Order: sequence, then C-alpha cells, then structure tokens
Amino acid sequence: MELEKILEILENNARMDAGELAEITGKNAEEVKKIISELEKDGVILKYKTLINWEKTGKEFVYAIIDVKVNLNRETGYDKIAQRIARFPEVHSIRLVSGDYDFQVVVKGKNMKEVAFFVAEKISTLPQVTDTNTHFVLRTYKEEGILLHEEEQDRRLAVSP
Amino acid sequence: MNRRIRDIPPSGIRKFFDLITGREDIISLGVGEPDFPVPWHIREAIIYSLEQGYTSYTSNWGLPELREEISEYYRRFGVESSPENVLITTGVSEGLDLSIRSLLNPGDRIIIPEPCYVSYKPLALMTYGEAEIISTSPENGFKISGEDILKSGVDAKAIIIGYPSNPTGTSYTKKELEEIADAVIEKDLVVISDEIYAELTYEWNHVSIAGLNGMEERTVVLNGFSKAFAMTGLRIGYAIAPERILNAMVKIHQYTMLCAPISAQKGAIEALKNGLKDVEEMREKYNRRRRYFVKRLNDFLPCRLPEGAFYVFPSIRETGLTSDEFSERLLFEKNVAVVPGSAFGESGEGFIRCSYATPIEKLKMAGDLMEEFVNSL
Repeated sequence: MELEKILEILENNARMDAGELAEITGKNAEEVKKIISELEKDGVILKYKTLINWEKTGKEFVYAIIDVKVNLNRETGYDKIAQRIARFPEVHSIRLVSGDYDFQVVVKGKNMKEVAFFVAEKISTLPQVTDTNTHFVLRTYKEEGILLHEEEQDRRLAVSP
Repeated sequence: MNRRIRDIPPSGIRKFFDLITGREDIISLGVGEPDFPVPWHIREAIIYSLEQGYTSYTSNWGLPELREEISEYYRRFGVESSPENVLITTGVSEGLDLSIRSLLNPGDRIIIPEPCYVSYKPLALMTYGEAEIISTSPENGFKISGEDILKSGVDAKAIIIGYPSNPTGTSYTKKELEEIADAVIEKDLVVISDEIYAELTYEWNHVSIAGLNGMEERTVVLNGFSKAFAMTGLRIGYAIAPERILNAMVKIHQYTMLCAPISAQKGAIEALKNGLKDVEEMREKYNRRRRYFVKRLNDFLPCRLPEGAFYVFPSIRETGLTSDEFSERLLFEKNVAVVPGSAFGESGEGFIRCSYATPIEKLKMAGDLMEEFVNSL
C-alpha cells in the first residue's frame, strides 16, 4: 500500500525527493530512500523522464502509428518478432494488440520522409511482416494523462469563507 | 431599514477580500474551496442534461432520484433515513438558514461553539434569535465536550456543530460525539450538524451524530457537494431531518428558493453514482498536503494536526501581533494571503486560517515566505 502510494506520486512527479515523499507519506526519509532504491533495482521504476510539449519550442517531431500484420511459424512467435522491431531506436513503443492487425508500433522521426523510409526499409521488409498501415499523427491532444492544449484555469476568488 | 440586519457586522473575510482584489501577484491560502475542478464526468452529465432540455423547476423537495441516492449514500456515515427525510437545498448555506429559521422563535438561544464558520451567528441573529457562544481552544483540540453543553444556559433550543470544522479542521470521533449526544438529549436540544467537510476526514471515517442512539429525532444533518466533489459554484446541498423539522424547512424553501437548480441536481446524481472514486483521490491529495504543511508550519508557528477539512489554524500569539495585523502585514510584506482567525469569532483571535486547497508547490513557496515574515518580526 505504501509502495503504491510512493509510486503513484513519483509517476506524476519524478522530481519529488525522498525528504518530501517522507513528509507526505508519514515515513522517514531513510526508509523512503531505501524503498526507492529497491524499486529501481527490481526494475519497477524503469526511468525518470520529462514530458515535453515539443510543439511549443518550434522543434517538431513526426510520430506515426503503424499497424503491422505478421505471419507466425513454428520458429518465430510474436515475442521474437516484437523484440526484433523494438530494438530499432526509431521505435517509440510497440504493443501486441487485438483486432485486424497484430502489432501497434509508434515510430518517432524528424520528418515524414524519415519515418516513411524507416517503415518501408526496416519493418515491411521483415520476412514475417505481411502488411503495414501507416497513420501519421497530425495533432496530439492528450499525452500520458496530460491535456496539451487547454489548461484548467483557477477561477476561484482569492479569499472566500 | 431593518435594525437587526443593520447592526450585524459584515463578514471579516469581506474586508480582507477587498484588500486583495485586483492583485495577481499573491499566493492565496485564503480560499475556502477546492482547487480541483469538478470531475469531468459530472460536468459532462450536466452538459448532457442541458442538451436534453432539463431546464425546468423540480419539485420543492428536489429530484426523487437524487433524494434516494443521498438517503442511500448517508448510510456510510451511520444514518438510516428514507428519501422522504431528504430536502435538496441550494448549498449548505441555505440549509443553515432554513434550519435555524425553522427551529428558533424570537429570543430563543442557540449554542454556537467558536471558532466556527462565519454564517452561524449572523443567521441566528437574522432570525431574531440569540447566540450563546462556547469558546474552544487548541488545548482541547478546538472541541466542545458534553460538559460544556451541560454548563450552557437553560433556555437554549438548539446547537450548531460543524465537523470537520471550517476554520480549525477539527473533527469528532464517535466516542466524543456520543458524549455530546448524551448532553444534547439531557438539555433537550436540536443539533444542526454541518457536515459539509465529512468526506475530507483523514484520521478516521466520518461519523454523523444523527446516527447515534436516538439522535435522528433531533438532528438536522446538512451536507452538500461543494467540498467533496468540488462543486462550490453549482450551489447544491441537502438536509436530512425528522419530518416535523423538515416540513417547516420546506415551507421556507418553497417560498424563498422554490427549488435547487436542476442542472446542479443532475450533476449531483452523477456525482453520487459514479464520483466516489474522485472523492477518494482528492482526499488523498489533500491529506498529503495536510501532512506536509502542518509539519512545515511547525518550524515557525505552533499548529495542531487537524483531523479534517482543508484548513490549518496555527497560533500566531507568540508574534505579539493580532490576527488582523499579522494577516495584513503578511499580505503587504510577503504577498501571502491568509484569513485572520478573528473572522471566525472572538476565540479565533491569535490564530490564522490557512487553506491547503492549493498545489503543494505553492504551499512550499507560502511556507518559505511565512517563515521569513515570522523571523523578521
């Protein structure tokens, strides 16, 4: 329970340090530090990242969602194919999904051409891949639970009973 | 002009509000409402109700479905009531007015423990009642006891208890409420039980005094959606009371308010049906801030750990300033707004009310500025 609480807080704010977490959860800082380093060691906490709205900086990346259909055989199952695709640094995420296609791959690139060529040369050419369908992302509205375009404003009066 | 109304002083908060109006550079711990927006599914339900054309009056009592939901919901606080015992009001503020007007004849006394919410005493006075104030202090956790009630005057008709309390954050355990209930029965009082902060109780699960032995016959429970579901501006609350009192209350309600806004009632139904997980999330966040801020304040101002609501009520006596002076200087010198304790009754003097319905980053900044200020005195 305490573990979950710490993880929930860190999931939303990776910069919260052990001292602050201790104050919030009512534990002491040493205890919290120990818990966190164990969570890191066990691979529960994988990485501390920053969520950036690149669009605002003027620097834009191109994202594409690629549906990938594959043909399995005795030697090659889903896991093996997924691992092969996942190792490309261009691949942002890959998931096995239900529906018409087998994998949903998100690819990140500098421009459309780069992404298109990556798909054509590296994914479509894999022997197990039978079909791909590329959707370029035009606009992102919500990412990792965060709304990107509209912020809720604090409209409260500064003092109220 | 009505002399009674003329002689009632304006709220101490009002004066402070005027000082702040137009200033954008302040960190405000003076806000008496949640910083979370109304959960989206509730707002969406209200929008849908408008699209469906739900824009008419409802019954004076409120929508039957909402009354049923409330009657069911209140079981968690130990109160068994039927939907007929529920009246939908335009916030707890209206519920307070209705219940006080229904219970008091001119000259009747009503016991009010202070520090307490700003409207209790003025509402009693507006009804031509008289307020009998019982002062509480941090030494007894800002709580009244059964003994305090037994010692009060002989002619009191009712008592208003708000728990968890605005401004002190104090609440009562079941055992403490049982002791109060015994005294209330002995003095033959009616309790107006303001439970608007019930869901924001951190140390135990809130218990309503109405659910204790025999108390449902002499208790008006007041609650609403403002704090638990952050629906302050939607103005929606309710009263749960025995038939004889509720019939009087609805009489005033039908002639003054007619009914609570239907959009807010629709939102309230959605809130009770699907919003309890939101309440839990918000409570968890408030609780984190509570722990953090009380600890931080205690670095420079003595402050008890309150059991509920989203207020802390530290003592500023050691600074030698009055709570008015402290709050005004803190505002002008450090741009931090708090509310002077004196706004909540004489026994609030020597304290300030700080609301932690504010993101933790702002609490941190406010804590640093307040410490600088106290050290500069």
